[in-house]
Amino acid sequence: MTQRVELTRKDRPYTPPYVTQSAVGTSPPNPPATGETVTFTLDGQERTAAKGTLIITAADEAGVYIPRFCYHPRMKPVGMCRMCLVEVTGPRGATLMPACYNPVADGMVISTTSEMTKKAQDGVLEFLLVNHPLDCPVCDKGGECPLQDQTLAYGPGESRFVEEKRHWDKPIPLSTLVYLDRERCIQCGRCVRFADEVAGDPLIDFAERGDTTEVATFPTEPYADYFSGNVVQICPVGALTAKPYRFRARPWDLEQVESTCTSCSVGCRVAAQASSDELTRYIGVDADPVNWGWLCDKGRFDFQAVNSPERLRAPMIRQGDELVEVSWPEALAAAADGLAAAARIGDGDQVAVIGGSRLPNEDAYAWAKLARLALRTDHVDAQLGDGLPAETVLGLPKATIDQAAAAPVVITLCGDIKEELPVLYLRLRDAAQKGQAIIELSPSNTGMTRYSAASLRYRPGQAAALVRSVLAGEVPEVSALLDAAAGKAAGGPAVVVVLGRPSLAETGESVAEAARALAGLEGVAFLSGLRRSNVHGALDMGLAPGVLPGRVGLDQGREWYSQHWGGELPAAKGLDTAGILEAATHGRIGGLVLLGADPLTDFPDGGAALRGIAQARFVVAVDTFLTDSVRKADVVLPAATYAERRGTFTNLEGRVSRLGQIVTSPGSAWPDWMIAVELAARMGHDFGWSSLEDIWAEIEAVSPLHAGVSYDLLSSREGRDGVPVPLGAGGALRIARRLDPMADPGIQSTEAHLISPTEFFGAGAGRLSAFSDAPAEAATGPGGDEAEPASAANAPTPETPAESASESGPDTAPPAESPDGPRPAMLAAPAAGPATASSSAPADTGELLLVSGRTLWDGGTALAHSPSLAGLHPAPTARIHPDDVARLELTAGAAVRVSTARGSLDLPVTVDPSLAPGTVAVTFNLPGASAASLIDSRSECTAVTLSVVPARSVDSVGGSGE
Amino acid sequence: MTITDAPHIVTRRLGTPRSWTLETYLADGGYQGLRKALSMTPEQIHEQVNTANILGRGGAGFEAGRKWGMLAKPTPVYLTINGDESEPATFKDHMLIEGDPHQLIEGALICAYAIGADQVFLFVRGEFPLGIERLQAALNEAYAYGAVGRDIFASGWNIDVVVHPGAGAYICGEETALLESLEGKRGYPRIKPPFFPAVVGLYGAPTIVNNVETVSNLPWVMLNGGDAFAALGEGRSKGTKLLALAGHVNRPGNYELEFAKVSFRDLIFDPSLGAGIRDGGELKAFIPGGASSPWLGPEHLDVLLANEKIAEVGTMAGSGSVVPMDHTTCMVRAAWRIVRFFHRESCGQCTPCREGGGWLEKILQRIENGQGRESDLDLLMDVCDNISPGVRWPPAQTTICVLGPSMPPAISSGIRMFRDEFLAHIRDGRCPFPPDRLPGKLASV
Repeated sequence: MTQRVELTRKDRPYTPPYVTQSAVGTSPPNPPATGETVTFTLDGQERTAAKGTLIITAADEAGVYIPRFCYHPRMKPVGMCRMCLVEVTGPRGATLMPACYNPVADGMVISTTSEMTKKAQDGVLEFLLVNHPLDCPVCDKGGECPLQDQTLAYGPGESRFVEEKRHWDKPIPLSTLVYLDRERCIQCGRCVRFADEVAGDPLIDFAERGDTTEVATFPTEPYADYFSGNVVQICPVGALTAKPYRFRARPWDLEQVESTCTSCSVGCRVAAQASSDELTRYIGVDADPVNWGWLCDKGRFDFQAVNSPERLRAPMIRQGDELVEVSWPEALAAAADGLAAAARIGDGDQVAVIGGSRLPNEDAYAWAKLARLALRTDHVDAQLGDGLPAETVLGLPKATIDQAAAAPVVITLCGDIKEELPVLYLRLRDAAQKGQAIIELSPSNTGMTRYSAASLRYRPGQAAALVRSVLAGEVPEVSALLDAAAGKAAGGPAVVVVLGRPSLAETGESVAEAARALAGLEGVAFLSGLRRSNVHGALDMGLAPGVLPGRVGLDQGREWYSQHWGGELPAAKGLDTAGILEAATHGRIGGLVLLGADPLTDFPDGGAALRGIAQARFVVAVDTFLTDSVRKADVVLPAATYAERRGTFTNLEGRVSRLGQIVTSPGSAWPDWMIAVELAARMGHDFGWSSLEDIWAEIEAVSPLHAGVSYDLLSSREGRDGVPVPLGAGGALRIARRLDPMADPGIQSTEAHLISPTEFFGAGAGRLSAFSDAPAEAATGPGGDEAEPASAANAPTPETPAESASESGPDTAPPAESPDGPRPAMLAAPAAGPATASSSAPADTGELLLVSGRTLWDGGTALAHSPSLAGLHPAPTARIHPDDVARLELTAGAAVRVSTARGSLDLPVTVDPSLAPGTVAVTFNLPGASAASLIDSRSECTAVTLSVVPARSVDSVGGSGE
Repeated sequence: MTITDAPHIVTRRLGTPRSWTLETYLADGGYQGLRKALSMTPEQIHEQVNTANILGRGGAGFEAGRKWGMLAKPTPVYLTINGDESEPATFKDHMLIEGDPHQLIEGALICAYAIGADQVFLFVRGEFPLGIERLQAALNEAYAYGAVGRDIFASGWNIDVVVHPGAGAYICGEETALLESLEGKRGYPRIKPPFFPAVVGLYGAPTIVNNVETVSNLPWVMLNGGDAFAALGEGRSKGTKLLALAGHVNRPGNYELEFAKVSFRDLIFDPSLGAGIRDGGELKAFIPGGASSPWLGPEHLDVLLANEKIAEVGTMAGSGSVVPMDHTTCMVRAAWRIVRFFHRESCGQCTPCREGGGWLEKILQRIENGQGRESDLDLLMDVCDNISPGVRWPPAQTTICVLGPSMPPAISSGIRMFRDEFLAHIRDGRCPFPPDRLPGKLASV
């Protein structure tokens, strides 16, 4: 006999934590809904489950863990690894069945602990280790590895394999971000299935066969995909590693906090992990209503910017041509004095605030209040000219991502969703694969075009005209889809419009006009496609001209907020960013606050930004990096960013979810709200806040939008995936799925996730909890005074038991009234657009018009400071329709001079038949050549002329603004 | 001898000059079966095939008529002919494709008409270049002749037939892997359920997958009736069977013999068939039904070549490949050769086959090289057990398809029948047999 140590299951040396937890909790996303049930026996206990439920899911739900590798709850089961074999006794006796793709059946007797099952588990694990190098001590996965854990828990204890193992060169790069160690690979196929099934970019696949099977790229194409980090996340061994994390930490040194990704406005739930007070890794958390566990590579890896040594660490004041570091009191005094002076001069209209979409909700609220009360201005705009009028975004009927995914028809009138909102792209792509009809209205092809039932082109400025022609039935195939939609809507909206900015070289108003026309469709709802981080939170909190916190119009809310804030509010609606910059150019802005804004690179019209900032008399910048705009400031205040502070975030659905803290900010950077509180105090306004809880209590008390949305609710199991506001929007809240370290290895699932939210998130839970008490933050803040919160009556008490939050949570209507009377009404849908063509639509004069969209990899600040991502941006080109290329006798690849009234760029020509003829597309904000130097934000659209560049200039492709 | 008295149903034209041309085929009554079929209803044809009781000739021995009866009915329906014959020592379809492609086409057309197929795919092993060339030429001739395409023989029935060369994987002979490959994907066997391509097959549509030899019988069945076919053979095993005799016999080759009437002894020793062991040697053992079947010894020579008779002695008729091994054969090496084949051909999809195959091959190689341990015999059996629990017949499996469970029979047969020989390798630290008589690298261990 073989020399073999026989271990009984009881003797197994190690039991990973998820084995003892009840129900790791990964039911498939679409459980069968026939209403029929079957009765079966699992490990001696009779149970029932919905017909069609997979054995592995039924076991999960029963708290019985079946080991697994290839199974992933977000992908189709394939039965490849055979780890989930269980003994099933049916009519034909006992056999081994893979639990991952066989459904439970009536009378089935399943044993996960029988000798037959145990032998199969031993066998499969021994097989998996035959060619596995067992280099755990030097493997990044060691310590969080499903193969390691399940071998210890379910394996035979030792291997009888004495032969030589398979050898490969390793690691090999699949892309600049992802590395593959083929020796460690167990061929579970999770990565290749993800690339094909979820991302739709099958750039990796298995090559060769048998035990020489390897994951490979195609010979000429790297695995350069926006979602490549997910294959690293779901790899159950150390075969796939991401460059930013390789050899950076050991799992047992990592601390984790649940948070929300702030790289765009989708608001993916994440587990942020840090080691030695430095961010090391982001892992997607499977939130049913949002990201299903996936992240884009930008969201996953741009935390590198947080760690950057370039971060602003101390306040600075301009002395001559230089910015010199000063203390916080000095800087705050200078800022407060300068702004107060400006505010006094022009009856409040002399100060303006640009930016704020980087800020968490509480901070946005603090700045909105500061602007209206202390700075006495309504010139506040979180959007940098790349958004839509706030009334349009806030007033239209809203849809959630789930509702958009379930709608029979989705109309996209926004930027390229794959580039701007990558995980929303995954959700809509999934919906399209399942039969949804997507109608795309855009100036050029996008990542969504290949999944669209119809893709219609329009020339810049003509969006409303296109919509009117569609609604008039002039596009029969679209009419047919729209007609069929109403009958197919299952409770939710029949049509969801994803509304954003298809091109930055046309005005937001022209898109808003199209949106108003679409609002006339029956059963229509809108999902905002504005991409900028917490822009929706900023708008909801009043960082927009004419809008007060809670989606309340300035006039409607003036009395309410005057009363609650204790001061006069501005008399008239203020200017948006374009207006502010224009006013500054004419010397009418005495004090300009750049609140995490870099208009010089981020405002579509670079020339206007340059003039405006240059002419503003006093500029305060609150930011994390010394951007081009910050360099022009008179006072620079360093801000703490995400992962360095707590807070809440509002995504494009209006879903409020929490941000966790896991590292400390560099130097003496402060959270934005503290800066606001300190400035207010120096300008004579005591906001009375010493913690985020104080601010949130006030928001909850005064904002009609946030009534009933308490921190306790956001921390509860129903609220952990976020709560769409107002409470009740998007339907009843669902209990968040539990963290699943088998689906997403590396995620730290503690027992805490299964117990009451207060214990997990509440006071004193320590750093592992999402929202620790963070005494350090309070100590450095403006605390000290014992001021009561502004509305003590509605403030949550820390002692409130979590149960009450849950009970009063999802099903309870928000309190409609506060003790002080009814809250102001929120903005309603704007009137539907005129049935006839707007007179403002420019006539088609036949001139060439500019189109400018964004790419995921661009010259943005976060990317520029993330070493792994900084080089990924594409080379700038001018994309031109083939007819125009022919007409103007241009040559593909040769340089062309793209000139507008604002400036010109020399770019190589790319022929793009997907454009509408007569348009030229130049990508916004690419390093070296941004369309910002071309766009004229004063006009409805930007006319361009093209001219051939002499051959000698071709080498120096680049731009020159005005 | 009565052995060769039965009619040759599928091999009648093999060996005649230019047997693969339409001219030869028509001269011998070609396409009359199809003409007759077109005058019948599909149900009538199905009834004839049921009467004939044609067991599938690919290896599993599933009744063709029953398979057709399982067809789900939504359109489209596909017919796929499995010509991916790739196992060592199996070469019957090879000859039928090269020697009588029109018979295969006609049989496929009759089948397609009977099942109401919308499209026929002839999936042929890529390593049959001559067969593919002749089959494509025959298909072109058949189109020109009006037997394929629009309004076939003025019957109003239309069908298209496509020849699809395989891309070099044995696993594509597994019917669901074949369908995946046809769809342009990796040749991975599909997970079951759904168990039958007749329900969910090519592109998710109902699909019948029949073996080359199976459908090659159909023209004869049409012309002579299912009863005439069923009159041949015994029990479940009706008609004739094409047997591929390889290995250490004097006259290896394909022999079409009446089913259930001929014993292994007849096949191996009859002067008109195998004509005995080479060099006057002794029969040591033989593989009765392809590389994946458990071996038999001389004591089983009188077993009749019938599916159920062979099953009674714990093995299978399989694809009809019979390989006698003489007394000079090293049984460790024989098992190693077979396992090595399956290891190399494992698709790599599921763990036990992918990793177990390589491990088994390495252990056998080690024993053959004289570095075995006594514990290796138990280890071999236990690794086999983890691929095919119980190492029993018919096999159970921890794998997706039956390729993995195809490895244990050679090992378990070798150890069960020749344990002393395995132990001698271990005890003496070397192989007691002379090197292979095969040239080149095949001989190197």
